[in-house]
Amino acid sequence: MFDASSSSAIRAQFRLNYPGFALDVDLDLPGRGVTALFGPSGSGKTTALRCVAGLVRAPSSRLIVGDEVWQDEATGVFLPTYRRPLGMVFQDASLFPHLTVHGNLNYGMKRAGVTPAEAGFDVILTLLGIDGLRCRMPGTLSGGERQRVAVARALLTRPRLLLMDEPLAALDLKRKLEILPYLERLRDELDIPILYVSHSPDEVARLADYLVLMENGRIAASGPLSETLARVDLPAAFADDAGVVLDVVVAVHEEDGLTRLNFGGGQILVSHRAENIGQKLRCRIHARDVSLAIDRHTDTSILNVFQAEVIAFAETDTPGHVLVRLNLHDGSALLARITERSRRQLGISSGSKIWAQVKAVALLGS
Amino acid sequence: MPTAEDFAAIWLTLKLATMVTALLLLLGTPIAWWLARTKSWLKGPVGAVVALPLVLPPTVIGFYMLLAMGPYGPLGKLTSLLGLQALPFTFQGIVIASVCYSMPFVVQPIQNAFEAIGERPLEAAATLRASPLDAFFTIALPLARPGFVTAAIIGFAHTIGEFGVVLMIGGNIPNKTRLVSVQIYDHVEAMDYTRAHWLAGGMLIFSFLVLLGLYTRRKEKGDV
Repeated sequence: MFDASSSSAIRAQFRLNYPGFALDVDLDLPGRGVTALFGPSGSGKTTALRCVAGLVRAPSSRLIVGDEVWQDEATGVFLPTYRRPLGMVFQDASLFPHLTVHGNLNYGMKRAGVTPAEAGFDVILTLLGIDGLRCRMPGTLSGGERQRVAVARALLTRPRLLLMDEPLAALDLKRKLEILPYLERLRDELDIPILYVSHSPDEVARLADYLVLMENGRIAASGPLSETLARVDLPAAFADDAGVVLDVVVAVHEEDGLTRLNFGGGQILVSHRAENIGQKLRCRIHARDVSLAIDRHTDTSILNVFQAEVIAFAETDTPGHVLVRLNLHDGSALLARITERSRRQLGISSGSKIWAQVKAVALLGS
Repeated sequence: MPTAEDFAAIWLTLKLATMVTALLLLLGTPIAWWLARTKSWLKGPVGAVVALPLVLPPTVIGFYMLLAMGPYGPLGKLTSLLGLQALPFTFQGIVIASVCYSMPFVVQPIQNAFEAIGERPLEAAATLRASPLDAFFTIALPLARPGFVTAAIIGFAHTIGEFGVVLMIGGNIPNKTRLVSVQIYDHVEAMDYTRAHWLAGGMLIFSFLVLLGLYTRRKEKGDV
């Protein structure tokens, strides 16, 4: 359905000075999967995305997508937005109100010179669950429907790169939960890179493969999601939401109503899941849900206990607490948030072997 | 009853208003587009020049247009260079003068409509491979349609209601520059109130109906 040659990397460099705001980013992003640009509002993530789209022209910039130079101000190359083979989804969907859903879907497809068959028209409409909406006017759609049509409209141009600017921010929680599974399906089935701007830790944990952390117009950190989330040296970007993401596989449905999930570092027991054995899932373990013990306790109700090695400590925003980075035997990471007093009393330091007790595991859909 | 002369004036007035409205939509649209989107410092001065007829007495505009069209004015020199008839006291002359005089009534509603659309739909169109010209015709124009309808109606009605500028530039020549408003003036001067009533009453009813239509439409659509 999509061009395989699109799976090459994106290299970008943007320098921009507005009064009171400077953007200075160097990005080297993978050629597939979801890259989240994450940061507080005003951190420059949306501006960076608009630079990639060519909607903002930063005076000193370079952008190479795959083997194509989209922008190189040093040599005067600047492809205007309409010449860049990208798709973009805005926060407010931005459907054209004077056209039907069908007219909206056709608008870009026609101009990109793509036939419905080439674009995978039926597949995309089914994937996004909007087949039945074709004759409707945008004004009659719900927020979630509008956003799904906007995603389809962008995809039908067969873009080399999909840009999403907080596509869920304008939706209420119910609509968000309605649209997230569709985005997860896109992530798994598309062969193009997606740049996803968000300030929601939940969305990032659920959707991203690669994380770029932005602060004050600069990149504070970037790397694969699980690695970056497990770093304790970063500014408290996630604050109370600090934690790690694990990719797990459904292993066994136990008789007592639990489901066993396997991952590199061991097994996790959760309450029964409807997914089939072998299904991949992503789960999130918050640092605040992990406690530490020197000895393995058998007199506890907590089921998920892992032996781990202490790697590093960091301060947290919560007074009297520290964030502890742990490695499991295979190197996969956990974060634990404990009190400074506990750390002293247990005598934990770098290299200590301890037991990590996981009180809660959040499963993040498929 | 209105005479043949009155009907000639009505016909001439309608012809003038139609031509002027068409010209204004053609000329006013790019000006409105530019004013709605430019970040240039010229936006203020150009906007002010376009708006001048809103505040100036028609006699002032008529006076300067007459000078411009006269043998020593820039327009006059141009027409004589091209071997054309001098503009004052011709139908073409009052067309040009009316275009200038009614300009703000057409430019402003269109400009407001373009501004109300905002950047976003055009940005979305650009990410869907539409060139700026393509996006102008397929997105901006259709979305600004209510503004165009308002502009055309007000431009037409305003041209029909002109008097001062027409009198200064066109004088009072039957079938060439004698419009309804001028004809009414003549009737009143000649104390022929019955014939003045026919035309004046007609104008009153026409203008009321136009405005009624405009305001009812605005209320329904809730637009500019």
